[in-house]
Formats: sequence, structure tokens, C-alpha cells
Amino acid sequence: MRKVAIYGKGGIGKSTTTQNTVAGLAEMGRKVMVVGCDPKADSTRLLLGGLAQKTVLDALREEGEDVELDDIRKAAYGGTWAVESGGPEPGVGCAGRGIITSINMLESLGAYEECEGLDYAFYDVLGDVVCGGFAMPIRDGKAEEIYIVCSGEMMAMYAANNICKGVMKFAQSGSVRLAGLICNSRNVDNEEQMIEEFAKKLGTHMIYFIPRHNDVQRAEINRKTVIEWDPTVSQADEYRGLARAIDSNKNLVIPTPLEIDELEQLLLDFGLLQQA
Amino acid sequence: MINPAKTCQPIGAMYAALGIKGCLPHSHGAQGCCAYHRSTLTRHYKEPISASSSSFTEGASVFGGQANLLQAINNIFSVYEPDVIAVHTTCLSETIGDDLPQIFNKAIKDQIVPEGKTVFGASTPSYIGSHVTGFSNMVKAMAALAQPSDNKNGTINIIPGWVEPSDMEELKRLAALIGAKIMMFPDTSGVLDAPLTGTYSMFPGGGTPIDKIKDAGSASGTLALGEWCSADAARLLDTKCKVPCSILDMPFGLQATDRFIDALRTIAGSSVPDEISIERGKLVDMMSDMHQYFYGKKVAIAGDPDQLIAMTEFLVSIDMCPVHIVTGTPGKKFEKRIRELTGEMDCEVNVKAKGDLFLLHQWIKNEPVDLLIGNTYCKYIARDEDLPFVRWGFPILDRQGHQHFPTVGYTGGLRLLEKILSVLLDRKDRDDPEEVFELVL
Repeated sequence: MRKVAIYGKGGIGKSTTTQNTVAGLAEMGRKVMVVGCDPKADSTRLLLGGLAQKTVLDALREEGEDVELDDIRKAAYGGTWAVESGGPEPGVGCAGRGIITSINMLESLGAYEECEGLDYAFYDVLGDVVCGGFAMPIRDGKAEEIYIVCSGEMMAMYAANNICKGVMKFAQSGSVRLAGLICNSRNVDNEEQMIEEFAKKLGTHMIYFIPRHNDVQRAEINRKTVIEWDPTVSQADEYRGLARAIDSNKNLVIPTPLEIDELEQLLLDFGLLQQA
Repeated sequence: MINPAKTCQPIGAMYAALGIKGCLPHSHGAQGCCAYHRSTLTRHYKEPISASSSSFTEGASVFGGQANLLQAINNIFSVYEPDVIAVHTTCLSETIGDDLPQIFNKAIKDQIVPEGKTVFGASTPSYIGSHVTGFSNMVKAMAALAQPSDNKNGTINIIPGWVEPSDMEELKRLAALIGAKIMMFPDTSGVLDAPLTGTYSMFPGGGTPIDKIKDAGSASGTLALGEWCSADAARLLDTKCKVPCSILDMPFGLQATDRFIDALRTIAGSSVPDEISIERGKLVDMMSDMHQYFYGKKVAIAGDPDQLIAMTEFLVSIDMCPVHIVTGTPGKKFEKRIRELTGEMDCEVNVKAKGDLFLLHQWIKNEPVDLLIGNTYCKYIARDEDLPFVRWGFPILDRQGHQHFPTVGYTGGLRLLEKILSVLLDRKDRDDPEEVFELVL
């Protein structure tokens, strides 16, 4: 089983990209479980067709420690499994601890056991790695391949660089590796070249460039992944492309994060300079 | 830090809260914290310490402890019926960011705090400061209950700091002799030195009534004993309620007691009664009688800042040389103050705030001393180095009676001198060869 975690700046499109890609993998016949690691519990909506589901922590709150796998795991599009960690209300409690609790619970319930026949487990983690809890998926023995969703915007690249620092720290003592940058295009000038260069500097590669397309929005409004909503549109092929790229990816590295000056220079070289 | 000279904030908060009449301390965290804090206080004071816990589980750590605390408040008022619940936080509830005032407001809104009862609390994360910080934070939270008032009632607030129940009793006795009208908070006398009557009472008769604390804003002044234990509360009363404060040293030894008595006398507008003058005279007499044994003896002391400052001054006043002084509580002012007090001594002084007992032990190995004064944890050093040892401070876990005999004031000074001389002369008797072993010393 390959264990994959998707990180990236808040609002960059991690959940959308993850679910659309997972739909692509499912179409290829892969057995996938998606674990949403965001207290908002909105990481599996497209795969579930908008079904609100009980999160791991809801189950813990309501049932105590006597929780079964079927209480928290829902069958979703194309034979995939969807799990949401959930978490506390905004402003109270400890969401990071929630992630730790729910991943531990999934493990103890045997969600990752061989007999489940999984090809992939995907962790969709919120925004930045703000504390130890959100780094749970990259601790040793959890996710081993990290993909970072980013765009050519400064703050997205800054966040990606920061996440690489976290990956580097855990990679030194464990098996977690950076597997690539996924560029979710924001139509920034020279975006593709810039992210390719950025990826190179980080020691990795840009595994895929997803062009911006309104069909993503249309599918989301219908609570579906693009592939489920209309398998014939061009954007569906883009996600199939990303799914294939991930499926055949062998490029796993310990990242080399950039100093902030280097990052700014990259933006100057590719973006602003050519506008001037 | 190898061998800490401090413990958790909530232990101090719990001790302070027990100085309120009919108050149940409540630990907002997991059960183990509460159990440890209770047992440490019980081992020192030899009294059962009642305290409740929010009993955090994994769920509470994720979702926050509001539901647990609301249920606890409800249960406590229906089962144990205290007048007051004094909540302190723990490392866990602080780290997940529980907001006590918000939860208290919710408890009041939900009407689970019965009419006439009080719930208040203090933030006491143990990764900041020490047990002294926790004590100070809880006392400050008490002071925060006071409201500004234009009707001054001529009372003086006394904040005694973390001293024994008997010390608090002694401070009240001295104030009464001078004729000062005081309101002391917290006051653990009658709570943690309560008599055995044959009937168990969860809330013994002692402690400061909460209404008096709420009325602290009507006082004409505050005497705070100890910068570390009491000053924050006194300054809050000053800024919030315009009650002027004086921060004094804890009245251990001759000079610090003189300053305390003088402050009380000034406030009460009376002269010092003969009874107190006689007590002072006895202490001065004993100091001169014992001087020959004390002169030039080197002492190592460990404990809490306010106690150490007063003790250092006392030791210097009897011509002993406190050469190694360690507190586990942080505060650069501490080191500065000790330097001032020992400036006239003609030997070198090692002093460290935020230090530990390992450091003290190393210092003693480098520069041996004649006497060690500290809490029970120091007994390992005393044994290793074969030192005369006086148990003083918190916690004392292996001797009893300390909670009943004050060491504040002039009579407390007598007791300290007696204890110090006893261990020094016991040592002499033990070590003297037969030909110099004397009947009269």
C-alpha cells in the first residue's frame, strides 16, 4: 500500500485536487482510502456526493472508545473509502490532537491492514503544518509520499517551502519523502516554468500542471468529482493524467528548502522581471 | 535541570484556594495532576486535601474541556456544596487553550452556579514559573474578585504569602495585639491545622470568607508579604480598586519582623504594645546568647524566593554566612536582592534563581558548609555531605509538627534559632572525641 499525504497552503485546492485525482485512480482500478485531516471535515464531499458523514472524532465523542471501523468509514465513488477526522468547534480544544487521535484510532481499528486490500491511503491535511498534530501524517510509518499543491503565487510557494522544512525534519529520521509539487494553476505569468524551477531547487519535480478550468467548479456545485460529473471533458483527462503520474512516480527525495531570499529571487526572475 | 528545587504551579494554587472559607479547589485537567497535587499537600500538611478534577479524557483534549468543567461545577455544587469553587488550569488545558472566563460565563448563563455561590479561577500552566507562581496567580485571581468602592472601611488587607497555617495565625495575632483591623487572604489557619474532633468536615471552619475578599476594594491599604507570592495581587488591588499597597519581605527574623510591625503600627496609628516588645527582646537576647555558636558558620539554603530573602537577612544578622543560595523559581530580582543583603559579608556568595538542588550540591562540594537549610528534598545532600540540616520551607514530607509552630514574627525567630543551634550542637556532641565531650556547651 502506498501512503500519500497532500499538503499545501489553505485554499490552494488540496481537497479538490485530491478527490479528483483519487477518482482517476479509482477509474484505473486502484483501491483507495481518503482520510480527511481537517477539522472542517470537507475533504471527501465530492467523493461521497455531498453526504455528510460522522467523523472519527464525532464517533469518539458519541460512542466513547467503543468505535468500529464501519462507524467512521463510508463507501464512496468508485469503490473508494472516505474517512473524516473531524475536530473541535472553531476556537476551542485542540484540532492537532484530534488528528493524532483519529489516525491512531484508524490504525488500531485496522483500517490500513493488508486484508483491506488498499492500494493507496491519501491523507488530505489542512493548510500549513502549524503544530505537531498536523505533522502526524508525516511521522514515521504514516504517509511516505508527500505531494504539495501550490501555484505560482508568492504565498503558496512560501507555504510549500515551509512544508518542505517539516518534511525534511521528519525525513531525516524516517521514511517520509517529498514526491513532487502539483501545480494547481492560478494563471500567474510563467507559472509552469517557475514552479518547475522551484521544484528543481527543492530537489524534486513538478509532477503535474493542472490548468485552471471552470468545469472543476461546475462539478463541485454538483457535489461530484470532474470524472464522475462528466468523464468526457478535458479537465477529467487532466486529473487522469495526474493520477497516472502519481501511480508511476518513483521520484522520492528529501527536500532542500530554500532560504527566503532565494524564493524571492525566483519570483523576480520568472514573474516580475519579465513584466517590467 | 537535574534535581528541581520547585514543583507545579497548581500545588500553589490549590494551597492558596484552601485559604478561602468553604472552598473546593478544582483542577481543570486530567486526573493525575489533581492526585499528585493533593497528595503533595497532604504529605506536607498531614491533613486530607479535598479537590476535584475535570477528569480530561482524550476527547476532552481534542474538543476542549468546557463540557467537563460545566458538568463538574454542576456536580460539585449538588454533591459537596462548597461556597466557592476555585478552578486552576493545568498544562493540558492551557496548551489546548481553554478559556476559563468564557466557561464561567457560560456556567452562570446556564444557571448551574447557585445563588450566592462563587466560581472563579486562575491560569496555572506548570511550564511557566513554579509552585510559587501558581500560588501568586491564584491569590491574584482572588484579588480580581474585589470591586472598587468609595466606602472605605478602615481595614487593611494582609496578603501573607505561602507560609504555614500557624504562621498565618501568628500574623493575625500580631495585628490584633497592635490593634490593626485587618482582613487576611488567603488564610489556611483553621483549615490545614484543624483539630481532630471525631467528626469529619470537608470544609473546616477556617479560611477567609469570600465576601470579605470581594470587599477588599473597601480597604484603606494592602500589606503584601513577599514580592513573589503576594505582590501581584496587591498591585492589582491598587490599580483596579485604588487600594494603595506596600510590598514587604516575609517577616522571618528580627529585621523583617521589625519592618512588618512598624508597617502595622503606622497603619493602625498606635504604638507597639509591651507584649510585642517583650517578644522582640527575647529574640534579641537569644541572638546574643547563641552568637558564639553562629559566628562565621557557613550555610547553604534552598527554597522559595520570599522565604530565602528573609532567611538570608536573618542569617547575616546573626553573623552566619549564607554562601550558597538556590531557588527553583525564576526571577533575576532575586539574585540582585540576595547580593544586596550579603554585600557586607567578607566571603563569596553563590546565588541562583531558576537553579536546582544539583547545582547547590556541586557548590557545597566545592565550598563546604556547616549547615544546610531547606525542604525535605535537601536531605539527600545533607546525608551525602554529612551536614547538619534544618528542615524549613515547602515541602516537608518526613517530619511533622511544622504546620503548628510558626517561624514568622519574633517568636518564630526564637524557634528558628533553636532549631539551628540544636542541629549544630547535636553535631558537635556526635563528633567530639571523649576528652572534649562536655556536659555544658
